[in-house]
Amino acid sequence: MIDFLTSYAGYIAEGVAVTLQITLMSYTLGFALGALLLAGGLSPLSLLTRMYIEPVRGTPLLVQIFIIYFGLPAIGIKLDAFTSAVLALGLNSAAYQAEILRSAVKAIPESQIHAAEVLGFSGAQTYRYVILPLALRSSIPALVNEFVTVLKESSLASVIGIVELTRRGEYVAAYTYRAFEAYLIVALIYFIACYTFSQFSRLLERKLRIPGYTGA
Amino acid sequence: MLVLDKVVAGYDGKPVVKGVSLEVSRGEKVVIMGPSGSGKSTLLKVAVLLVRPFSGRIFLDGDELTSKHANLRRARAKTGFVFQSYNLFPHMKVIDNIALPLRIVKGFSNEEARQRALAVLRELGLSGFEDKYPLQLSGGQQQRVAIARALAMDPVIMFLDEPTSALDPELKAEVLETLREVAHRGIAMVTVTHELDFAKDIADRVVIMEDGVIVEEGDRSVLTSPKTERARSFLRLIEKEV
Repeated sequence: MIDFLTSYAGYIAEGVAVTLQITLMSYTLGFALGALLLAGGLSPLSLLTRMYIEPVRGTPLLVQIFIIYFGLPAIGIKLDAFTSAVLALGLNSAAYQAEILRSAVKAIPESQIHAAEVLGFSGAQTYRYVILPLALRSSIPALVNEFVTVLKESSLASVIGIVELTRRGEYVAAYTYRAFEAYLIVALIYFIACYTFSQFSRLLERKLRIPGYTGA
Repeated sequence: MLVLDKVVAGYDGKPVVKGVSLEVSRGEKVVIMGPSGSGKSTLLKVAVLLVRPFSGRIFLDGDELTSKHANLRRARAKTGFVFQSYNLFPHMKVIDNIALPLRIVKGFSNEEARQRALAVLRELGLSGFEDKYPLQLSGGQQQRVAIARALAMDPVIMFLDEPTSALDPELKAEVLETLREVAHRGIAMVTVTHELDFAKDIADRVVIMEDGVIVEEGDRSVLTSPKTERARSFLRLIEKEV
């Protein structure tokens, strides 16, 4: 087991780097688009944003990855595997992040908005200084949870040939015929990463806690 | 200065305020009383357009707030509003609750806003609370900070919607004390309250509402010798409560 670990450690570590890279990029893309969808969802465009969010949440991510990587070339859009993976994961996560943000915004008491309004805040100022700071705080656990989900789902990128953590686990298993150890190690690495990020959420929540404040 | 002209307003199409006309002149202290559900709070919210009236018109310093082209932000920079439930921003320190609106609405610099906020806190006996968060304070202290926040904006008129109703009796006293001090400043005040003694102390004019209309209006003698039967029975009722 030890020799197994040492001989493939470097190879697996590179896979971890790729996995984290895909995760960070797609999550960030998802957050930016999610924020846009939030803005859309609260505006007269809300029907359009629903038409985006519902199908994305109601179809398998794997199929979405296939549509982008294998499907788009048919209409002349040819993306490399890495871009396709990041795009698919990001577009998918956007739908979920938009919903997280939307429910947090909806939970802001109307009294807070009224207070801003009577002080003469513009709509944008009310968002910037009152609604978003409160909504983002209350959505930290759900947003971190979504990050962990993206991290795990990034393993699907392996099916279009991205040599990330899962794919490298497959290679090691194939070379060595030791599938059990190989996949256990891959699973352990995912678990450690996910667990670390979940703990980070607690830390962030504590750090941003509003003294005396419970709930949104 | 503030004119409400035949205002009808309510929620979900049901009128709660059923045709109220009221004028408040510069510096005047108006106290609105009446049984719960009489439309007093709604009337205040309509006056600052938090609730849009079904019909009727509202003017502040000659500008019609109910017109489609009204500059509500400008009007709100001239009015202060204090809520029953304080409505301080929980994620901002006391100082920022007061200084932020000064910066982003009145265009004060950071330092000007800070100095002004500290000065108002000092005037209202709230020095030392500036770095606390609202929910670390008692209800009475929170309400006094809310009054400070409204006052810092240098309004020409302040609306106070049952400012002491959410408070225990011992906390009411400190808020009423603060309000008495504010009343001496020459800012017009329109206060909805059940506090009879407070009303007797500050009111230039008393308005008694019931079922969405004004049933009696006059100087503070309305409180001691009401002319209408409805005002009489209401005042008997709150006398008994005290």
